[in-house]
Amino acid sequence: MLPTDIPPPLDVDPARRILGLETEFGLHLDTGAARPVTPEEVAGHLFHSVVQWGRSSNVFLPNASRLYIDVGAHPEYATAECDTLTDLIALDKAGERIVHHLVAGGEERLRNAGVEGTIHLYKNNTDSAGNSYGCHENYLVRRRADFKAFASALLPFLVTRQIVTGAGTLTRTPTGAHYSFSPRADHMWEGLSSATTRSRPMINTRDEPHANAELYRRMHVIVGDSTMAEPTTLLKVGATDLILRLMEARVVLPELTLAREMQAIRDVAHDLTGAATVELTDGRRLTAVQIQQEYIDLVRRHLGGVIAPSAEVDQILDLWQRGVDAVRTGDFSGVESELDWAIKHRLVMRYRERLGCDLSDARLARLELAFHDVSPERGVFYRLQQQGLVRRIVSDADIERAITTAPQTTRARLRGAFVTKALESGRDFTVDWVHLKIAGSSGTTVLLKDPFRTEDARVDALLEALEPA
Amino acid sequence: MAQLNAQGQPYEDETPEPEAPAPAAAAQASNDALDDLLAEIDGSLQVNAEQFVRSFVQKGGQ
Repeated sequence: MLPTDIPPPLDVDPARRILGLETEFGLHLDTGAARPVTPEEVAGHLFHSVVQWGRSSNVFLPNASRLYIDVGAHPEYATAECDTLTDLIALDKAGERIVHHLVAGGEERLRNAGVEGTIHLYKNNTDSAGNSYGCHENYLVRRRADFKAFASALLPFLVTRQIVTGAGTLTRTPTGAHYSFSPRADHMWEGLSSATTRSRPMINTRDEPHANAELYRRMHVIVGDSTMAEPTTLLKVGATDLILRLMEARVVLPELTLAREMQAIRDVAHDLTGAATVELTDGRRLTAVQIQQEYIDLVRRHLGGVIAPSAEVDQILDLWQRGVDAVRTGDFSGVESELDWAIKHRLVMRYRERLGCDLSDARLARLELAFHDVSPERGVFYRLQQQGLVRRIVSDADIERAITTAPQTTRARLRGAFVTKALESGRDFTVDWVHLKIAGSSGTTVLLKDPFRTEDARVDALLEALEPA
Repeated sequence: MAQLNAQGQPYEDETPEPEAPAPAAAAQASNDALDDLLAEIDGSLQVNAEQFVRSFVQKGGQ
C-alpha cells in the first residue's frame, strides 16, 4: 500500500530559491550530401538512442533534468531544480556533454541513410539566417497578487545586464559588421507576455510554477544569452537572484523605468563603449553602465541585511563590478577570462589581426560558431578553457557526476532516484516535473508539489516497488 | 587554524608566493597561448568558411 497523503510544505529559508536553466541548442549538419537534409531529420537521428531507452524523444534523465526536441528541431535540455549556483552550473554543463554524447550515434545513422557529414551542436542563440532560439532562466518566487508589476520592475535590470552577462556577437549589417554585447537583444519584441514564439518577450508570464501554485510562481526570464564560461553563468543567474531577493524583501528599487525598452535593449547591445544612453520615463538619460552600477550599489547597501554575506555573493559582486568597469574604461583585460562577450571579443579580434580582414569576413563568423560548438575536442571555447584562458567555477569531476546524479538538496533528488531505479528495473514509467508513476502499478501517481522537499515516504514506497521481487 | 588579526582577517603569510609571474609576463604567456591555438585551428576555419556558415540555417525556437 502506497501512502497517498501529501506532506505539508517545509519551512523554507527565504534565501533559498529553486533555479533552473533551459538551453535550446543550434543543430548544424555539415555535409556535402547531394540531397537536402532537414534539421528535423538530423534531430530524429540524433535522438534515436534516446527514443530507444526512453520510448520518446521527450524524456527525464537520471540526473532529473529534461531532454527533448523543441520547436524548430532544436535539441533542448532543461536542468533539474537546483538551489545552489554551483549545482546549476554543473548541471548546465552536464547538459552540453549529454547532447554531445548523442552526436556520434546520430552521425552513424545518417551515414547508414547515405549522408556523410558532421553534426555540430552550438550553445548559441542565432543561426546564420538570423533565426533566434533561447536560453531560459527560471527563478521560483513567492506568489503575490501584483506579479505583473513585480516582473516589470525587473526590466531595467534585464535590459542592461547584457553589458556584463551578454554572450557577445558579430552583428552583420548591409554595410559591414560590428561586435555587440548580445545576440538575443535584437530578437526581443516586448517586455512581458504569456506567449513565446508568436511574440518574444523578455519575461514570459505564463503561470506555470511546477510547484504548489498557492505558494509559488515561476519568474521565467527568456531574454538572456546562452553562456559558455562558468563565471558568466554564475553572474547571469547570481546577480538576477540577488535583485529578486531584494524585490521579494520589498526593498524599494531605484526608479529606473525605461521609456522604450525595446529600443533601449538594442541601443545598449550595439554600443560596446557603454556610452549610449537610454531614456527613462522620468526624462533622464542614463547609460547601461550607470544603471548597472545603481544595482551593484543597491546590493552592496543591503549586504549583511536582506542579503546574507557569503563568499559566493562576494564573488558575484566582484565580477559584476569588474565587468561594469571594463565597459566604462574600454579596457576589457580585467574580464577577458571570465565574461563570454569579452572572451569571444578577444578571440575574434586576435584572429582578425592575424588574417588582416574586416569584421564581416566569413572566417570570423566560422570562428564564432566554433566557439559555441559543445564538442570538448573541437569547440574553441573548450580549447581556450583547456589552455587555462577561461576561469572555472566547478570541476570536470563535478560535471561528470552531474551527468548521472541529480542535485541532492531539492525535489530533483526524488525524481533522479525514481528515474534511475525505474530504468534499472526495466519497468515502464511516466514522469514530469511534479509527477512520478510506475505504469500499471494500480495507477498510483505521486504528486510532488514542494520543490524543496528531498524526502518523501511515498517515493520511498515507489522505489521499493521497483526492487526486483 | 591560521591566526586572525584584530579585524578577524588572517595574518598575511610572510613567505612570498613562489610562482605568480609578473603581470606583463602573464599577459604575454596568455597571448602566446591564444596565438598558438589560432595557428592550430586556422587551417580548418579557412576551408569553405562561407559555405559552412551559410549552411547553418534552422527555424527559430522560443
